[in-house]
Amino acid sequence: MNKTINQKAWFFVVPVFVLVAFNAAIPLMTVVNYSFQETFGNNVFAWEGTRWFKQILLSERFHDALGRQIAFTFIILLIQIPLGIGIALTMPKKGWGVPVCLILMSMPLLIPWNVVGAMWNIFALPDIGFLGYSLNAIGFDFNFTQQPGDAWFTTILMDVWHWTSLVVLLSYAGLNSIQPAYYQAAEIDGASRWATFRYIELPKMKKVLTLAILLRFMDSFMIYTEPFVLTGGGPGNATAFLSIDLVKMALGQFDLGPAAAMSLIYFFIVLLVCWVFYSLMMKNEVKS
Amino acid sequence: MAKITLNNLSHSYVPDYTDSDLVLRDINIDWKDGGAYALLGPSGCGKTTLLNIISGLIKPSKGDILFDDKNVTSLNPVERDIAQIFQFPVIYDTMTVYDNLAFPLKNRNLSDTEIDSKVREIAEMLELTSTLNNRASGLTADGKQKISLGRGLVRSDVNVIMFDEPLTVIDPHLKWILRSKLKELHQKINRTMIYVTHDQTEALTFADQVVVMHEGQIVQTGTPVELFEKPKHTFVGYFIGSPGMNILPCQIKNGQINFAGQEIPSNLNIKKNNFQTTQLGIRPEFINFSDKGIPVKIKRVSNTGRHKIIDTECAGGTIKVLSNASTEIPSGSAHINFDKKYTYVYGDNWIIE
Repeated sequence: MNKTINQKAWFFVVPVFVLVAFNAAIPLMTVVNYSFQETFGNNVFAWEGTRWFKQILLSERFHDALGRQIAFTFIILLIQIPLGIGIALTMPKKGWGVPVCLILMSMPLLIPWNVVGAMWNIFALPDIGFLGYSLNAIGFDFNFTQQPGDAWFTTILMDVWHWTSLVVLLSYAGLNSIQPAYYQAAEIDGASRWATFRYIELPKMKKVLTLAILLRFMDSFMIYTEPFVLTGGGPGNATAFLSIDLVKMALGQFDLGPAAAMSLIYFFIVLLVCWVFYSLMMKNEVKS
Repeated sequence: MAKITLNNLSHSYVPDYTDSDLVLRDINIDWKDGGAYALLGPSGCGKTTLLNIISGLIKPSKGDILFDDKNVTSLNPVERDIAQIFQFPVIYDTMTVYDNLAFPLKNRNLSDTEIDSKVREIAEMLELTSTLNNRASGLTADGKQKISLGRGLVRSDVNVIMFDEPLTVIDPHLKWILRSKLKELHQKINRTMIYVTHDQTEALTFADQVVVMHEGQIVQTGTPVELFEKPKHTFVGYFIGSPGMNILPCQIKNGQINFAGQEIPSNLNIKKNNFQTTQLGIRPEFINFSDKGIPVKIKRVSNTGRHKIIDTECAGGTIKVLSNASTEIPSGSAHINFDKKYTYVYGDNWIIE
């Protein structure tokens, strides 16, 4: 077939091109611009080369924030993935329980981030919050505004409450797509409950679980609003994760150059982890 | 190994069922130890439900299942010691072919040397030896189905091996090979086998005894020859054979069959005549053209190579006739005769004897 060549068709792409330029490319390039220069406002810039990058990569403050971030992401993945699978396994497969469970599970996902932060802030307050007051009443010295351990505990609990549902819903969908014949075959082969999970359910859930881990990694690694409202990064810098630290630097201290460099490093870490994760996943896929 | 007896089995998928909810009604079966049996019927006739009841995956609403006179109705599949192969290949994706075959044995705590010798024996039989160390998920559909078969056959102690349309996903040319393999295996290991299918060729070539099911009921049990020569229900006549039996409305007068205003000669002596409908059944193979007899109009002749199938019109209905490809077919009007040995009368769809 002969295709008519018509370069005018490119005009149809222009709106998308403009949109992407203004909401992604131009802001990103602005950040790149800031990361290599020093500015004191009034559009006066001085070239600094890679100075900000070196400064950030060598700064203890960045190392600490990155360490906290990795620890936080690791802990919530370690809790949410097994917990999510566990809840999905116990959810009913048919009957009136299905819609009830699905609605209950979806609720936390529908609440705006800052509302979640505010809710948990009040809930955990040691003097008036239900959780904080109760913990103190039964003898725990709990105060998340003063003690770093308690702040971590509350932040992790909040994230688990907010996001485990996502893992549950994805796992549940994965479990439901398994043909009944697999369970019947396992029953006939005399497989134990654990073997059925290990050799049928887990392999069949692999795709959705990979997706769940990837989504939870990205979201938790970039978490900002909830800990900002809950603890504001405190006490001290105890819960100042990467994005909270970044905003402090950029808007609190107005160190635009280092903040821009930090943004880019942050961005590349997320990109790198996702890429490595995705490649590993695809490599396994091709093999099997 | 065991003989299998089903007593007055009925099943419904709804808990508080009425008669119309039954997917199986009053099933009675006696199967000998070591036989090859087929459950044949169209989709939705209840054959898979019946199979799952025998294997213990479904508990029947009513009736008993006996293995060697021992009531197993309340036992689960593991306790019943059966093997079942499903319509679609069920394999454990993350395991190798070897581990797949060894899985049922490992779950039963056999020693490693025992497992190894059994797995290799079955792999040899199914020609899987060269792929034993491959990941099972990488195999083709028929390779996967062979693994499913292998997992069923690997245990030497099973009471019965059940196949639920196991060749559905297999290419036609491989179907023949696998089917003869099954037949061969049956002769070699001599275990009771039950084969569910909607394909009459599969059922008739595999089994010594075929159970034909229709709307949750057993309409006939018999050898392939019996099903062909003497269908006990109009459904069997119509479902088995290609083309199926001619089922023609007829009247019974003074113990004689009356069709299209003519008396049809038969070996039957019909005494009872209190049916709502009476029908005459004759297979196309047993109709001949002749000078006298029932007048028909030839409508269409199709040549299948070995046979000619002739559609004739008679008394407003169609009668199919099957002749040798070499037979001269008269054109226009003709007369046909029914072979009286194979002429049957059905009262309310059941044979009158």
